[in-house]
This record gives sequence, C-alpha cells and structure tokens, in this order.
Amino acid sequence: MNKVIASSVSKKFVMALAGLFLLTFLPVHLGINLMLLKADPEPFNSAAHFMATFPLIKVVEIILILAFLVHIFTGIVVQIQNWLARPLRYRSGNKSETSFFSRFMIWTGGAIFIFLIIHFTNFYFIKLGFIEGDAEDFYSVAYQLFAIPGYNIFYWICFIVLGFHLYHAFTSAFQTLGLNHRIWTPIVNFIAVFYAILIPAGFVSIPLIIWLFK
Amino acid sequence: MNITLKIWRQKNKEDKGKFVTYKLNNVSTEMTFLEMLDYLNEKLIKEDQDPVAFDSDCREGICGSCGLYINGRPNGPQKSVTTCQLSMSVFKDGDTITVEPWRSKAFPVIKDLVVDRTAFDKLIEAGGYISVNTGAAPEANSIPVKKHNADRAFEAGVCIGCGTCVAACKNASAMLFVSAKISQLALLPQGRVEAKERVRILVEKMDELGFGNCSNTGSCEAECPKDIKLVNIARLNREYYKAY
Ligand code: FES
Repeated sequence: MNKVIASSVSKKFVMALAGLFLLTFLPVHLGINLMLLKADPEPFNSAAHFMATFPLIKVVEIILILAFLVHIFTGIVVQIQNWLARPLRYRSGNKSETSFFSRFMIWTGGAIFIFLIIHFTNFYFIKLGFIEGDAEDFYSVAYQLFAIPGYNIFYWICFIVLGFHLYHAFTSAFQTLGLNHRIWTPIVNFIAVFYAILIPAGFVSIPLIIWLFK
Repeated sequence: MNITLKIWRQKNKEDKGKFVTYKLNNVSTEMTFLEMLDYLNEKLIKEDQDPVAFDSDCREGICGSCGLYINGRPNGPQKSVTTCQLSMSVFKDGDTITVEPWRSKAFPVIKDLVVDRTAFDKLIEAGGYISVNTGAAPEANSIPVKKHNADRAFEAGVCIGCGTCVAACKNASAMLFVSAKISQLALLPQGRVEAKERVRILVEKMDELGFGNCSNTGSCEAECPKDIKLVNIARLNREYYKAY
C-alpha cells in the first residue's frame, strides 16, 4: 500500500488535486481584494470579517491550508527525486523543445511560498492571533503596505511569477489526472492562458489603480 | 566538409570521463551520423588510438540501440529520427558537434557513449507483455477490434525503446516509454485482461529503477523519433487510477 501512495503517479495525482483546489481559491480572494478599490473600507472589512468567522468558511480554510501543505510537500519530494534521477547533468545543455514554464515550477513555487509567508505575517497570522495587529481593519493594513514602493515591486514580481506557475499548473493538472480529450484539452489549454494572465493581472491592478488614482 | 567533434570519453562505469576534441576532415554530407563516427574510428584505429565506443545495430531506425545526445538534444537537430537516421547534411563546414551519452541514473554509462539500458528490458520483463499460450497463431479476426483503438494502439506500438524520452526529459522520466507500452496493450481486448496488474507493476518497477517523475514538460514528445504522443501518458494515469 505504501508503494502505491508513494508511487510517482500517485504523488502527482495528489499534487494535482491539491493544486486544482488552490486554483479555485484564487478568484475568490481576488473578488474580495477588488473591494479595496472602494473608498469606503466597510465592504472589504466586513467581507474579511465574514471570511474569518463564518463556520463553513472555517472548514474550507482548513482544507485550503492542508492543500497548500500537501501541494508543497509533494512538489518538493517530486523535485528532489527528479534531480536524483539525473545525477550527472548534460554538459552540452538541454536544447529540447519543452513547455517553457514547466522548467521552473520548483523555483516559481518557492517564490510564491516566500510571498505567502510575508503575506501571512501581514494578514493571516494577525487574524489567527499569532501576531498582534488590528484584524478588523485589513483595509488600512493593505493601504499602508501599498504605500511602500518596495512592497509594490515585490508584490508585482510575485504575481508575475505566480502567473508562470499557474499556466503550467492548470494544463498539467488535467494531464496528470488523465483528463485528456481531443476537443476539451485544447479548450482547457486556452482557458489556462486566460486564467494565468487574468488572475495575476487582477491582483496587480489593485495597487496600480490605488497608486494612479488615489 | 571539415568538422570538430567534442566527444565524451569514459573508460568504464567508474571513470569520471571527459570531453576529447577531434578534428575530422573530408566528411561527406551524404554520410549518416554513425558513418561519420565509423570514419572517425577508422582514423583513430590507424593512429593506434582507442576508438570511440557507441551502440548501433539495425542502422535503419527500428532497433532503438543507437541513441546519442548531440549538440544538446537527443538524436541531434533533426526531428523524428533516431541517431542512426541523422544525416550529416544538417551540419555545416566548420561546425563543432558535441556528443554525449544519455545521462540518467537508470542508464549508467558503460563506456564512452554506450549506456546500459537494461532498465527498459526489466520493465518489459515485469509487465510489458500479454500472457498467451504459444502455438499456432490464432485467427486474426476472431476478436473484433475497433479501428480507432487499433490505430491508437499501433501508434503507441511503434515505440522502439531507444530511451530518447528519458534522455530528453529534464527529470529523466520514463513515462513516455512506459505509457506507450501500457497504451499499446490497454487499447486492445487481448491486453485488457491483465490491464490492471500491468499498470500497477510497471509504475512500481519504473519508480524502483530510478527514473524521475513526469512533470508534463513535453520534451519527450518533442524528441521522440517515433512521434509517440503525450496522450499516452494521460492514458497511463487513467489506467493507474482505474487499477485501484
Ligand atoms: S541502430 Fe537501430 S535504431 Fe539506430
């Protein structure tokens, strides 16, 4: 049984499922973030409050954290095994055609992880009470962060990198789950492009609009 | 034309190995890549040097024994060819050509450009077959097969086990090879009988032999001399989930 759970296909299966779940969460988060564009802090803060207190969301939140951990864990294991599978690199490089973003998944994933840690210390850990801060006014916290130029640049870079990660993730997850179809796969690939551009663009546009118009 | 070759020389498994540069003049564009290496070896033998060890057998793209890593790509710059089918006409006068063996944990180098591909044989032994009694061949039309399935099975069945997929994959994964074997048999009624055990055994064996995990980079499909498609890998995944 252990061999089944640890098999290459099973690991990828778990990673893909966890990843797909994470994909569904991003649009929700973006929807709430867009409320930051309102001059009134009330809608954003109450949405944040709702997310923090509604029992059903609590359950989803736990699943979400688990999905993150499982996705990261399997991702790292898979990568380490893959490095070990070719102990000696090619000296003449690797010029084979390949899906470009697939080459950097561990690195884009690592960058997203670093972002998450910073993001969590700014918001999520405050909400959980691990760190002191005002959990009821994340609107102001966000505005304070977006007022720091360095934070903005970091934020933008992280979301561009996220886009790279998402594009391969989206298409790859379906292939890993064995969901390959003559008609549907090209459509999935098409949606992946949109998803990987629109989601990061949405997040990045918020500080940009604040900076330009407020 | 005159070319410069940078060839990986390694005495045996334990040796660290290094590139050795050879200048080769009067290479004809009508030579195949392996004929060019034969030509080099003739010269080396005449000069009392150790010839470059490389594998080949059929020299017509069907046995799968000849693969070399040429200028950063398995089987060189031409698409859909094995190394033995690679023509010297794709190179120009004055070119430098770098030749390396396949590199992966599962395919250790034996000497120079020759690697041990027993790992593939072990996979086939473990589950790349159907169990049938020997004897006279049964009547071909007694088990009907859908044309569509027969075609897909055939497309997977043309895999020659050359190891290009492993060589091209940044993870040294054997998924394209294994998925071709799975598909070829899973698509036909004769193969369905043992489909579940087969996929379980093959995936377990593949992991055990030290191949990497597939991360859907697609280089295997891009480099495969027999144009085996990634859809086979999706099918392997499906078959695996169905088997549990
Ligand atoms: S020598 Fe047989 S495929 Fe190249």
